[in-house]
Amino acid sequence: MEKFTSHSGTGLPLRRSNVDTDQIIPAVYLKRVTRTGFEDGLFAAWRQDPQFVLNLPQYKLATILITGPDFGTGSSREHAVWALQDYGFKVVIGSRFGDIFSNNSGNAGLLLAKVSQEDVEQLWKIVENHPETEITVDLEARAITASDGFTTGFAIDDYTRWRLLEGLDNIGLTLREDDKIAVYEANRPAFKPTTVPVRTAG
Amino acid sequence: MGTAKTLSEKLWDAHVVTADENNDLLYIDLHLVHEVTSPQAFDGLRQAGRSVRRPDLTLLTEDHNIPTLDVDKPIADPVSRTQVETLRRNAEEFGLRIHKLGDLDQGIVHIIGPQLGLTQPGTTVVCGDSHTSTHGAFGALAFGIGTSEVEHVLATQTLPQRKPRTMAVNVNGELPPGVTAKDVVLALIAKVGTGGGQGYVAEYRGPAIEKMSMEARMTICNMSIEWGAKAGIIAPDETTFEYLKGRPHAPQGADWDAAVEYWKSLRTDEGATFDAEVDLDADELTPFVTWGTNPGQGVALSASVPDPETFHDESARTAAQRALEYMDLKPGTPMRDIAVDTIFLGSCTNGRIEDLRAAADVIKGHKIADSVRMLVVPGSARVRLQAESEGLDIVFKEAGAEWRGAGCSMCLGMNPDQLAPGERSASTSNRNFEGRQGKGGRTHLVSPVVAAATAITGKLTAPADLPAAD
Repeated sequence: MEKFTSHSGTGLPLRRSNVDTDQIIPAVYLKRVTRTGFEDGLFAAWRQDPQFVLNLPQYKLATILITGPDFGTGSSREHAVWALQDYGFKVVIGSRFGDIFSNNSGNAGLLLAKVSQEDVEQLWKIVENHPETEITVDLEARAITASDGFTTGFAIDDYTRWRLLEGLDNIGLTLREDDKIAVYEANRPAFKPTTVPVRTAG
Repeated sequence: MGTAKTLSEKLWDAHVVTADENNDLLYIDLHLVHEVTSPQAFDGLRQAGRSVRRPDLTLLTEDHNIPTLDVDKPIADPVSRTQVETLRRNAEEFGLRIHKLGDLDQGIVHIIGPQLGLTQPGTTVVCGDSHTSTHGAFGALAFGIGTSEVEHVLATQTLPQRKPRTMAVNVNGELPPGVTAKDVVLALIAKVGTGGGQGYVAEYRGPAIEKMSMEARMTICNMSIEWGAKAGIIAPDETTFEYLKGRPHAPQGADWDAAVEYWKSLRTDEGATFDAEVDLDADELTPFVTWGTNPGQGVALSASVPDPETFHDESARTAAQRALEYMDLKPGTPMRDIAVDTIFLGSCTNGRIEDLRAAADVIKGHKIADSVRMLVVPGSARVRLQAESEGLDIVFKEAGAEWRGAGCSMCLGMNPDQLAPGERSASTSNRNFEGRQGKGGRTHLVSPVVAAATAITGKLTAPADLPAAD
């Protein structure tokens, strides 16, 4: 995973709440077996509307998505994170995020910056009035600043922040505990189920 | 703080490999894998030269992206076919058990785990699917994960996780006749909202829960994710043990006795405290349906489409306005006046044998309305066989419904079973999101018995509203 320390770019205001991962990328776009190329599926249904914010020219180059509460609820599809990244987003700012989506974002290297809904409203106004406003999201300092002087802190858990800052591979980190996993395994009760040998009702 | 623990704390603590103040490394007892969220995970293993640590704790099946017709022929959609074939290749390459389309044990992951007796109390269960919470009905800590985490579990059989907070959902009293587990969970989500459970493991408890069958408990736990909970659990009891006994992978002999002894300890201790509690009065519940585009936008079937202007919260008001526009509904319309054109009976929420029996009971002797098509999709191949052995397929077919093969089908509209733009369904599945069942499709979430009654009249209907069958 690439290291993430700070990102500067322009923002896109998505004035919607409860944006579930089916909206971020509908199921028909999940048939691909590769890890790339999901940008076409991003908000696919909503993008049919020429007035949808993603289609507005002033937000074409935006890299920071500013969204309403409960973004990324629903399906566990990590494709939602990949679609956002493939389209060019580096950061999503919002007040509340779906649980699995949060984990997926941390694992795939998309920064979720959690702020109050008041901060979201302010940022929406800023980027709606001045789409060219440069916004900086500093992971080291846990701070968001806008070129018009707006500034606020954001929340992120220490573990995810550390992994993003260092660009660490989660699996690699866990494999350092290999001996402890083996000890745990040696002490598991004998009655715990196994999938093999195969037993079926037939 | 005393030593009294909640059930979720007991389950958590029993699986900690290494503890950290931010993150515990949890051991995973059972990893279920399907075709949609796994190909990139297997690719990751290959690129890193890693193997699957515990093939004996891993089970693969095909469910999301498979047809429910012509299941003995090659999959017509070449992209879907590639994804399914990729899963089969990965099973072979990594030496993993797989139940393929056409196999007697194939089915929706969350149906086959319990059916095989692999889902057991006191285990941790994960799957690249948010409805993994279903398995919590057995007193297992079960939750959905993303593809990076699927790769992580394949490689290490563990997951780093932040310890969740605990919540009690007390369902007091007794459910009136005709009111089901689906109504309970829809009413709960309408009460607490789609984000009400964020960061919590919810334990459903109370007299109404204790009286429920395993199938009903699975319906409730299944929809935990729809109100944002990390997982939903129910303490195992005699009903649980009875369901498991004799299943193919249930413990046998001395192992069974040792297991039951341990399982009996899996209860929230007297004096343990939850971080939050929610109360629901079962006596007051009636059949419940959704009107909007998230599972929290629901009302009693006897009520009307709400007026967004009456919502105090601005974002809820805007969301309701948008939802009504998408659903093409007007405030004040009685829910019972809403006509649907499609009925979907199935999914990991309501695709088990008990659900099919309940729906068949309502539909027996009736014909479905001319304006309606009804898809009946058993949750697994064995559920289908069981239903056929009881003659349920005949009941559905004689009423005019389509009897399909097992899979996720129209719940998520990934295979050919989809709503056309503007079509409206009454669906026993779990999500009424925009376009979930097909682009432009409109979904009302309902229980199996409401789905069956609705099929007969063509409008949202409870069984109690029906005239007697001929």
